[in-house]
Amino acid sequence: MTDAAHTAAKRAVAPVRYARGRRYNLWLGAFLIGTVVTGALVSFAWTPHEPNALNFAAQLTGPTSANWLGTDHFGRDLFSRLLVGARGTLYVGFLAVGIALGAGTLLGAVAGFVGRLVDEVIMRLVDVLYAFPAILMALLLAAVYRPGTLTAMTAIGVATVPIFARIARSSVLSIKERDYVEAGRALGLGDARILWRHVLPGAVGPLVVQASLSLAVAVLAEAALSFLGLGTPPDVPSWGNMLREAQGFLAMSPYPAFVPGLAIVWTVLGWSLLGDGLRDLLDPRSR
Amino acid sequence: MLAFLVRRFLSAILSVVLASVVVFGALLAVPGDPAAVILGMNASPEARQALSRQLGLDVPAPERYVRWLAGAFRGDLGESLNYQRPVSGLIADRLRVSVPLALGAALIACLIAFPIGIFAALRRGSFWDPLLTSLSQLGAAIPSFWLGLIFILYFAVELRWLPASGFVPFAEDPVRWARSLLLPVLALGLGQAAVMTRMTRAAMLDVLSQDFVRTARSKGLPQRGVVLKHALRNAMVTIVTILGLSLSNVFIGSIVIEQVFALPGLGRLALTAIGTRDFPLLQGEILLYAATIVGLGFLVDASYGLLDPRIRYD
Repeated sequence: MTDAAHTAAKRAVAPVRYARGRRYNLWLGAFLIGTVVTGALVSFAWTPHEPNALNFAAQLTGPTSANWLGTDHFGRDLFSRLLVGARGTLYVGFLAVGIALGAGTLLGAVAGFVGRLVDEVIMRLVDVLYAFPAILMALLLAAVYRPGTLTAMTAIGVATVPIFARIARSSVLSIKERDYVEAGRALGLGDARILWRHVLPGAVGPLVVQASLSLAVAVLAEAALSFLGLGTPPDVPSWGNMLREAQGFLAMSPYPAFVPGLAIVWTVLGWSLLGDGLRDLLDPRSR
Repeated sequence: MLAFLVRRFLSAILSVVLASVVVFGALLAVPGDPAAVILGMNASPEARQALSRQLGLDVPAPERYVRWLAGAFRGDLGESLNYQRPVSGLIADRLRVSVPLALGAALIACLIAFPIGIFAALRRGSFWDPLLTSLSQLGAAIPSFWLGLIFILYFAVELRWLPASGFVPFAEDPVRWARSLLLPVLALGLGQAAVMTRMTRAAMLDVLSQDFVRTARSKGLPQRGVVLKHALRNAMVTIVTILGLSLSNVFIGSIVIEQVFALPGLGRLALTAIGTRDFPLLQGEILLYAATIVGLGFLVDASYGLLDPRIRYD
């Protein structure tokens, strides 16, 4: 190969390499979330100590060979509680975003596909939900049904519905005018079948990206609600609960506050990098 | 323009009314007799009946709702069961804490986010852009309440520069008032700044890629002129949207921050209301939060026409 041809070939390959190089978001995000999922799964089979076991001989210690990340004010092992806490974070996040993804996509898709009055009514109701962020919705639900994991999860889920509804609606609006949808209609396919088999698959990309970004928000919201006492009950280890309990002992040991806080940052960063990475992958124009 | 403003205002009012249906409806769903739920199992039937009357439960729900909403529009949100005082008065007291906290945090967020976001966009492709973008991504992942705890640990416990908790009214001592709010404002504002930096950068990049910016540059306009006169002006619509969003975020975020710093604001009042099952107080507070978010959305939309004359509403 001549030098000129070699350079030309290199140039042609460069954008591809660049695109691959930019996937560090995706890989780093996947790694961060992978560690959290692994930690949660491992906690079902093994934790260094029983997460609720009290040990008054080792209260508020720093990292030691027995307690790798230190202990809290009851001498409970922070690492064990961190692993078990990861379960709740993932569980609440997945279910809340799952609720929002399902309900939001259905509402947005029907609004966009049917249009006119149905669109107007659905989107008006969805807009009202914008006035109720997760914490506000949780305050309302906690007053009615008492605070707990279920109310926190529902609050986060309902508060996240509008964003999925908007994305689904705008995707459906742009897809439903395409020729292949017209062709489906001409073949006599029903509305539900066209929507489910031919329109919605086109909206999957943006919805998946948003799901990952919403999981980041859900982790923050769950931690905040547990910190306020409106989420996971106090007897179940959760990162928000750990932070709330650590607040009274900050002056004596920073570890009970550092450990769950860093875990939250780790997980939120993971979901948000994963979301950005997926967006780069699925929609290269957004870079 | 005026027709648009009137239409948008009426739409905002409708949203507030619908939000009030959600708030009122949710509390109607309290399982069992609300008076029994509030007073507990051991309350006498007479006490329950008296509370039912006080709550207006002897009146049909639709009529109660209309009365409550009409009162709300007049600024009368009923009486708190726990404090035995008008809800609107209690809220007004607590706004003295929550409003400066939210406004201070929004101001900090703007002062940091706008220059850094614009700078990152202008330096796209340089060493600065990925550094600032990564830092803002990391900052957005840090929960404000955790940052608050770290600030308490460092600035209050270790260095003893600022108080760890409590609130001093402005009228009592302006300096101590500022000191009592500084850490909460920073904790709330810095996280928001990180979120806003990313949005500002994206908005600026969008404008900088437009044809008119290329034209301005090709005409030989200096960079400062291109940025200040052309790009920034055109990015204002997005920036104002970001500002509105961030004000809503810090107002809601203050609920958690008040708990960290033991500030007697609206958020702590709401948590107390849940603990004491003070439904009238909670209803009033949640309606206020929701109406504020709707109101900010209206102000953002209303400002579009002023910022960008190309935007037409009819």
